[in-house]
Amino acid sequence: MSNIGSFEERVKNFSWSIAEKELDYTPGGVINIGWHCSDRICQQGKGDKIALIWEGFGGKQKTYTYNQVRLRSNVIATFLKDLGIEVGERVCLFMDKVPELYIGLVGILKTGAVAQPLFSAFGDESLLVRLGDAQTTAVFTQRKHAPKVRKIWAQLPHLKYLIIIDHDPSKTLADREIAFSMDDAEPVEEFKAYPSKAETHSLLHYTSGTTGKPKGVKHVHYSIVSQYLTSKWVLDLRDDDIYWCTADPGWVTGTSYGIIGPWSLGVTQCVQDKGFSAENWYSFIEKYRITMWYSAPTAIRSLMKAGSEIVKKFDLSSLRHLCSVGEPLNAEAVVWSEKVFGKPFYDTFWQTETGSMMICNYPGMKVKPGSMGKPFPGITGVILDPESFEPIKAEGKIGLIAFKPDWPALMRTYWHNEEAYKNKFKNGWYLTGDRSTIDKDGYFWFIGRDDDIINTGGHLVSPFEVESALLEHQAVAESAVVSKPDQINMEVVKAFITLKPGYSPSKELELDIMNYIRKKLSPLAMPQDVEYIDMLPKTRSGKIMRRVLHAKEWGEEIGDVSTLEND
Amino acid sequence: MNEMQKIVLDYVQKEYIEDDTEVGLETPLISGGIVDSFSMVSLKRFLETKYHIQIPDEAASPEAFDNVNSICRLVEEFTKKN
Repeated sequence: MSNIGSFEERVKNFSWSIAEKELDYTPGGVINIGWHCSDRICQQGKGDKIALIWEGFGGKQKTYTYNQVRLRSNVIATFLKDLGIEVGERVCLFMDKVPELYIGLVGILKTGAVAQPLFSAFGDESLLVRLGDAQTTAVFTQRKHAPKVRKIWAQLPHLKYLIIIDHDPSKTLADREIAFSMDDAEPVEEFKAYPSKAETHSLLHYTSGTTGKPKGVKHVHYSIVSQYLTSKWVLDLRDDDIYWCTADPGWVTGTSYGIIGPWSLGVTQCVQDKGFSAENWYSFIEKYRITMWYSAPTAIRSLMKAGSEIVKKFDLSSLRHLCSVGEPLNAEAVVWSEKVFGKPFYDTFWQTETGSMMICNYPGMKVKPGSMGKPFPGITGVILDPESFEPIKAEGKIGLIAFKPDWPALMRTYWHNEEAYKNKFKNGWYLTGDRSTIDKDGYFWFIGRDDDIINTGGHLVSPFEVESALLEHQAVAESAVVSKPDQINMEVVKAFITLKPGYSPSKELELDIMNYIRKKLSPLAMPQDVEYIDMLPKTRSGKIMRRVLHAKEWGEEIGDVSTLEND
Repeated sequence: MNEMQKIVLDYVQKEYIEDDTEVGLETPLISGGIVDSFSMVSLKRFLETKYHIQIPDEAASPEAFDNVNSICRLVEEFTKKN
C-alpha cells in the first residue's frame, strides 16, 4: 500500500495541516528546515540510521548517520556564527556533489542565513551575475573552483569570505580566504538552531528566464511542508527506502528532493559524484540496492540510447518506484522503462518558482504515458485562456497552466525584481509559463512553453509533441524542435536530431523522418527542415535549451547561456 | 510510362494515398487536395534526393507539383541545369 493510498480520497480530505502535524509544526511557531532535517530525526530515535551514502571518483566513499549530519551541520553553523555571518545573509555553496554540499546546506539553514547553492560548473561570469545580484557574503567551495571566485571577487563588494573545504595546506591562502574541514573539525554537540518562522527566508535559487537575465527565487522555511508531503506521497518515500535523487543540489530538484524532502522524512539516500554512464548508474543501483529513483528525462533517454542489453548485466530488482522531473517525459520513455525496469517512470511537473511538485503521477494511479498527471492534493491547477486568463473548461483546448497561489513552497518573490514577480500572477492565478491540455479524466498533457509553441500557417503545433514522435523513429536518439521563420507560413517546424548508433546522416534518412512525422502527426507538424547535430544544447542540469536553437533560427539574441553545458 | 514517371507515381501513391484511390499521371495532386502545401515540401525533398538536384523555392509552385507529369518536367528541367 502506497503512502498516498487513494489519490481521490486525499484530494477530498486534504489539508496542509496533515504535513504540519507530522512535522510537529504549529502555525505561528518555529520552523527551521536545517533542524527538521537533522536534530528532529535524531530526536525520533534515528540518530544511528544512515542519512547519506556518498560515492565519488576513484572509489571514494563516505557514510553519515543522521547524528553525524546533526553534529557536522552544527560544526558548519558554529563556524559561520563565529565568522559573524548574520541572519538573512546569503551564503553560497559552490561545489561538486560532495557531502559538504548536502550537510553544509543544513548547517547554513540552522544559522538563519540564506543558503544559495550554485552549480559547480558555472564559469566566473555566471557566478558574478548570481553572487552580485544576491550580494552574497560568504562562499563555500572546493580549491579547484576557488579561482573562479577569486577572479571576480573585486567586483563583489559584499563578499566577505571564501571558505575552502579541501584546502591544500602547502598553499598560502589570501586575505579573507579560510580553510575549513567539516570532517576534521571538532564535532559540535549543541547548536541552538535559529528560531525561524514560516516566512523566514531560507533559500535563494537562480533560474534563467526567457528574457535572458537569471532571477533569484526566494524561498522560505515553510516550504518544507509541501516538500515533505510530496516526497512522502509522490516519491512514496518510506522508512526502509534507499533513495537516489540524481539531481545536483545546485538546482532546485537537488535541494527540495535531494536534501529537504528525504531528510525531513528520515530516509537513507545515496549520492554519486561521478560522470554519467549507463554502466555507472546501473552498478550504483545494484550496489546500494536503490529502491526509489528520482531522475530526469535527458538521463532516461541517454539510458535508452545505451540500450536494453546492458540492463541485463545488473540486478536492478531493488527498484520499487521511479519518478522523473525537469522536462516533460516522453511516452516512449515511460513505455521503455516499464519494459526494461518493470515499472514506468512517473512524471512530475514543477518549477524552481513552485518549490515543490505540482502536477504528478501517483502510486496506484493509472499512468498515461506522456501525461504530466494530475495536480497534487491541495493544489488547484487549471489551464487559462491566454486572452482572458479565465479557466478553460472544455476538454482538449490548449491553455496556460496556472495554480491558485496558496501552497507552502510557492516562491515569495524574485530577488530585487518585484516587477517580474508580479508578472507571474494574473487574475488571481500563478502563471507557470507552460501550456497544456486537460483530458476528460483530468490528466494534464504538456504542450510547451507559451513562447515555444509553433504557429505555422495559423495552426498551433507543439514542439514537445513533435519531439516525442521523433523519438519513436528508430534512428532518432534525441530531438529538439523549434520554429523556423517562413515567408509563406510565418513559421514552420524545424527539428534538430542526434542519431542512434548505427545510423548516419543522409538526405534519405532526413526524408524518411519527415514523412514519418507527417504521417504520424500531421503535415503541419512535419519538420520542414531536419538538421543533424552531434549534441543538442543542454543546460548543465540536462534540460534541452530549445531557445538557443530558436534564437539561432530567428537571428535573435541567445540570452543567458551560463547554464549551457556544451558551449 | 517512362521510368521517372513510374518512380514519381509510385512514390506519390505510397506516401500520400491512404485509401484505394488510384493516382494517374494527370491526377491533380495539389489542386485535388491529395498533397497539401506542407506535404509538398517532403515531395520536393524526395525529388531532390532521388535525382540529385536542387529545386529553388520559387520553382516549387503548386502548379509545378500539381500532377506527376508536371513534376517530371520540373525534374528534367533542373537535371539539365545541374
